[in-house]
Amino acid sequence: MEIDINEKQVYSSTELNKVEAETIEALRMGSQQVIPDPDEWLAQELKGNVLLTTVDFFLNWARRSSLWTMLCFPACCAMEFMSASASRFDLSRFGMEILRASPRQADLMITAGTLTWKMAPQIKRIYDQMAEPKWVIAMGACAITGGTFAQSYSVVPGYNHLIPVDVYVPGCPPRPEALIHAIQMLQDKIAKRKNL
Amino acid sequence: MALTLSGEEIGAKLEEKFPGSIVESDKDSFLVRSEFLLPVADYLKDTPGLDFDFLSYITAVDYYEYFEVVYRLTSLEHNHSLVMKARCYGRDNLSLPSVVSLWRGADFQEREIYDLMGISFDSHPNMRCIFLWDSFEGHPLRRDYL
Repeated sequence: MEIDINEKQVYSSTELNKVEAETIEALRMGSQQVIPDPDEWLAQELKGNVLLTTVDFFLNWARRSSLWTMLCFPACCAMEFMSASASRFDLSRFGMEILRASPRQADLMITAGTLTWKMAPQIKRIYDQMAEPKWVIAMGACAITGGTFAQSYSVVPGYNHLIPVDVYVPGCPPRPEALIHAIQMLQDKIAKRKNL
Repeated sequence: MALTLSGEEIGAKLEEKFPGSIVESDKDSFLVRSEFLLPVADYLKDTPGLDFDFLSYITAVDYYEYFEVVYRLTSLEHNHSLVMKARCYGRDNLSLPSVVSLWRGADFQEREIYDLMGISFDSHPNMRCIFLWDSFEGHPLRRDYL
């Protein structure tokens, strides 16, 4: 089939210009007024902005709502932790998806995996470097008691030989739901903390 | 997959070159007398046609009466491989010559065997524990370790 170069296209260039002009003109006419600030009510000083609570509650609320986790993944439970923090289980719903590689910036240590005595001094040191207040979740059978390897010559029979543990999550490995549940239990624990 | 050379053929060749070096050989491997280990390994590495330029692994086996150290050598040039074994008898003060001077990859594996089996390798540049800590007593992969 031959192509007739004079045949009219669906839109000629002139028509395209016309459509564009109409769109812009319509938008311009509809945008003559400034959209009012939706946060204008904030300007009303104090009115509607004051909540009364205790210092304890406020501190605990702030702390439990943004737990920053220290990377401590010596073994395979780390896979389950990655799953928990990725999109399917979405740990960030609870405000704790941030993993820190520096102990100075972390207040929660999730011990995901088997710990050997060779590695133990490093874990102890990382825990000591974390700033107070700090919490520990022992994740999985190995972290609780050494699990299958409890009788081994090289495995620490539970993190609680080295550092104080707040919440224990059983499982080999625990499901991500179990880990999320454990973090929520820890949040409840933090909420009951007396600071003053 | 590399072609595995016959231990008998290579063993016969080595016995000719180094009389008294080969204790026994079969189709999979040959057993070399430990004092000939280094010259034999050197010969296997540098002889044209053999050219075992790559050490796949070293491992050790506890047979109660003796320990057997197994070397799998590979030639990346000819795509063939070979198993060489050496024994040390007894339970204490065991030693074999180190092959780190020929294959750098032997470094960590010899340390691992030293650590877990208790066989030390002479003239190794850094004969220390690698998995366990220095004061650890015993050798956990031995069959009599409890």
